[in-house]
Amino acid sequence: MGYSLHFGAIWASFDRLLSGLAIGLGLAIAAVLIGTFLGLLAAFASVGPSRLGRLIAGSYVMMIRNLPLLVLVLLVYFALPQAGIRLDKYESFIGALALYSGAYLTEVFRAGLLSVPKGVVEAGRAIGLTRFQTGIWVTAPVMLRNALPSLGNTFISMFKDSSIAAAIAIPELTFEARKINVDTFRVVETWLVASGLYVAACFAIASFLRSLERRFPKF
Amino acid sequence: MTETLHPLLEIRGLRKQFGTVEVLKGVDLALNKREVVSIIGSSGSGKTTLLRCVNLLEEFQGGDIVLDGETIGYRISKGRRYRIRDRDLSRQRSMTGMVFQSFNLFPHLTAAGNVMLGLRKVRRLGRDEARAIAEAWLGRVGLAQRGDHYPSQLSGGQQQRVAIARALAMDPKLVLLDEVTSALDPELVQEVLNTVKSIADDGATLLIVTHEMRFARDVSNRVVFMEQGQIVEDGPPAEIFGNPRSQRLAEFLRNTRT
Repeated sequence: MGYSLHFGAIWASFDRLLSGLAIGLGLAIAAVLIGTFLGLLAAFASVGPSRLGRLIAGSYVMMIRNLPLLVLVLLVYFALPQAGIRLDKYESFIGALALYSGAYLTEVFRAGLLSVPKGVVEAGRAIGLTRFQTGIWVTAPVMLRNALPSLGNTFISMFKDSSIAAAIAIPELTFEARKINVDTFRVVETWLVASGLYVAACFAIASFLRSLERRFPKF
Repeated sequence: MTETLHPLLEIRGLRKQFGTVEVLKGVDLALNKREVVSIIGSSGSGKTTLLRCVNLLEEFQGGDIVLDGETIGYRISKGRRYRIRDRDLSRQRSMTGMVFQSFNLFPHLTAAGNVMLGLRKVRRLGRDEARAIAEAWLGRVGLAQRGDHYPSQLSGGQQQRVAIARALAMDPKLVLLDEVTSALDPELVQEVLNTVKSIADDGATLLIVTHEMRFARDVSNRVVFMEQGQIVEDGPPAEIFGNPRSQRLAEFLRNTRT
């Protein structure tokens, strides 16, 4: 008994897959933006002079990295309302993915910070920049350039992780694919097309990040 | 006459420890405005640490550093010394310029950007004014055509000259030079020394740590010999190099003669 491919039903619902892809990208971008902020904060704290700052940053990374994303998403979605914090499913997913990506980005940024030569930081202090100004104008840009390649990896992972949003019924690509699958019973075609879309999107993100790497001068 | 009464820099009884190791054991040194003083001595004698204390990159445990009448780095309250706030440290640091052994240019900024950063963020000048000053200083160190180059596109000697421009553009009262030619290929040393010489000739006040004995002799008004965290001799170059009084300096000079 053979399985013959019929993509017609999939193409009929292709716009739903595309809108799902757009939602996934939107979720990932929002989460990564917040996560980048969290990661920068925690990374600077983890190499900073404050013992409390290092402790908080270290605990944050340890907690989040030891939780599966799905569990974190469900925790935020179901537990926060009990604590009186009402978020819709989009907000709670973006929050969960932001927390999650923040922990990974902390490690990426921390490695980047450790790669900034001490003498370059001292040169910033020597011309009279304050500690904060040195962080903004010297340490952060040098660190970001050094971190760019691993930053790209993390961004791509976060985009793929947006598929977890299907678990709380956000109509992103995986959720839509599952619905089309159930509606049409074209199992192989549905997931082939969905996979193709993920691969294409990730390839586009990777190319964009690589062009950024080329644009900024190598040190 | 008044200038000799009030030295630009006065270091009194400076003591510095790294853990239990005492690297500066009570250093006294004074510099007048427009004076060029070179510190010589073997590695580990505390020369570089002394410079870093003056620029407040290192904390120190005893003594005072007075720059242009202002005690820097610490304040005394109820008989105890306290390190001052970061903001005040930064302001005092901007009064001295520092040129490092390994250049330490900001790798993400062009040569002009390196010179401009302090002008923009510390002296708070507008972009155009900062650029004009940066270009003038790059021209002064012979790099007028290199403003748009990144440090990685410059030779070691060129990078060090950008670093000199970066320090001097801030219009510091005192410039500290920490073995500025030690990381350079031999054929690039002279261009940097020439730049330093011309800055000295223009009347800058320089405190130089160097291993280039000939240069120290040519450029300095005074040469200071340090050993084991103390100043052993302090005098005009002709005397230090021609007629060392201590056994230790005589030995040091014998060993460094090439």
